[in-house]
Amino acid sequence: MNHSIYLDNSATTPAAPEVVDAMSPYFSVSYGNASSLHSLGRQARRAVEEGRGTIAELLGTQPEEIIFTAGATEASNLAIIGPALSSSDRKHLITTAIEHHAVLHTVEWLRTQGCDATVLDVDPAGRVDPEQIREAIRPDTLLVSVMTGNNEIGTLQPIDEIGRICRERNVLLHTDAVQALGKIPLPVDAVDLLSISAHKFHGPKGVGLLFVRKGIKLTPILHGGGHESGRRSGTENVPGIVGMAAAVKLSIGEQEDTSSRMRALRTRMVDTVTRLPGTRLNGHREESLPHIANFSFKAIEGESLVMRLDERGIATSTGSACSSPNLEPSHVLVAIGVPLSMAHGSLRVSTGRQTTESEIGEFLDVLPEVVDELRTMSPFKVGE
Amino acid sequence: MYTERVIEHFRNPHNMGKLEDYSAIGKVGNIVCGDVMWLYIKVERDEKDRAVITDISWETFGCTAAIATSSMVSDLAKGKTIDEAIALTNQDVAKELGGLPPVKMHCSALAADALNEAIYAYLSQEGEEIPDALQKRHARIAQEVAALEKRYEAFVNKDQG
Repeated sequence: MNHSIYLDNSATTPAAPEVVDAMSPYFSVSYGNASSLHSLGRQARRAVEEGRGTIAELLGTQPEEIIFTAGATEASNLAIIGPALSSSDRKHLITTAIEHHAVLHTVEWLRTQGCDATVLDVDPAGRVDPEQIREAIRPDTLLVSVMTGNNEIGTLQPIDEIGRICRERNVLLHTDAVQALGKIPLPVDAVDLLSISAHKFHGPKGVGLLFVRKGIKLTPILHGGGHESGRRSGTENVPGIVGMAAAVKLSIGEQEDTSSRMRALRTRMVDTVTRLPGTRLNGHREESLPHIANFSFKAIEGESLVMRLDERGIATSTGSACSSPNLEPSHVLVAIGVPLSMAHGSLRVSTGRQTTESEIGEFLDVLPEVVDELRTMSPFKVGE
Repeated sequence: MYTERVIEHFRNPHNMGKLEDYSAIGKVGNIVCGDVMWLYIKVERDEKDRAVITDISWETFGCTAAIATSSMVSDLAKGKTIDEAIALTNQDVAKELGGLPPVKMHCSALAADALNEAIYAYLSQEGEEIPDALQKRHARIAQEVAALEKRYEAFVNKDQG
């Protein structure tokens, strides 16, 4: 199915034309290995370091504080495992129940390797209370990991406040900012470690980065040729890095315009959808990333809803995990207390820089029809 | 991940809705787990006095596969005698759809179970003898429902709370 309306931008985004243009010479013209001594190699090295410089400047970091990775999953693994392996006495980690699995499963794994962890609950809108973090910090706490904005429901976390608490207590703070770049200013000053992934903001897939504040000890998780100052071995993904730099430049450059358009679209969707019978907004009405809206629909199941919208040329996604053998819905929706019957009927709509007012209009016209069709099939009826 | 047959049945499901003058109903699944299927059958005697499923319909809360298997099981059972319908398995349902992804095989089981339960309800209310195979499957389905309810107890209570 070729989608005329793409509303799954928190899964991935189309690469911007200027990003593709910037990358293309580095596949078969300037294809050198950035570690090679010859001029092709030096061209590649220059491209990598220029990319690092551009990104550092736009994020407000030092170039040497940027480690290029194969994406945010690797960056978040490195951000948590790296300090944990470097610390001999502090082995306690704190995170929240609604983190991405790249964080949650990493913390779970470290538990099997001698670390201890506290996983904090969130409120019904998905917010963590900074005071909970203050209370959870112990003398042996090494690191706190809290995402900037949630990838399923969009809820923003009070990272600045959490950062102040962590600094007071001399605890590292990592944030998964994957959904935030280009939507809100990144909380670089408040944190010690921050992960992003290029394909979430119109860059290429397979490249991301970890910001690591100077002075933080990080044991590498990938071993080999000692790239990235020995912190991440593996030949640099030159076109990927060039593309990511172009995407950062584009996204941060137009952030104000894009995010205010997105916010208006989200408000329109939230107002319209929550007026339909038997629906709810999952997340926070205001304290949210501008591009993500998550809804639940009574009496219907999310996958069917996504497939029916797909039939109508609209790409969305669901937090329902009917495809997993254990039949349990999204850990995020369960954590914010969405009743299971409603958690199965969830729909995530996420806009991008290319999303137009009329596309949202068409989505809002089609949605009630599709919801009604599926409710006709359902044994459960929705009272007004 | 889905075959064309699955998508076709999902797009244009057959025998969908509630049957007004049904003889019996089979209800399986649990909303907490994300799949619920209600299967209605109308049973009449043919000229040889055999019990035949002359009409069938369903209402389903579930994923693409759940809706497609509901549609398919209703096609397969329609016009069959009770004895023939008892012999239908979830493998038959999945096969007719050109296969299902492994994680969705439980949907075909749910469809076959719904048919089983509808026939069980019909034979029970008619005071007829329940064949062994049907009785066994009925016991297995009841056991699974109890196990699921126990497993999801915390969730179910939260749902009602």
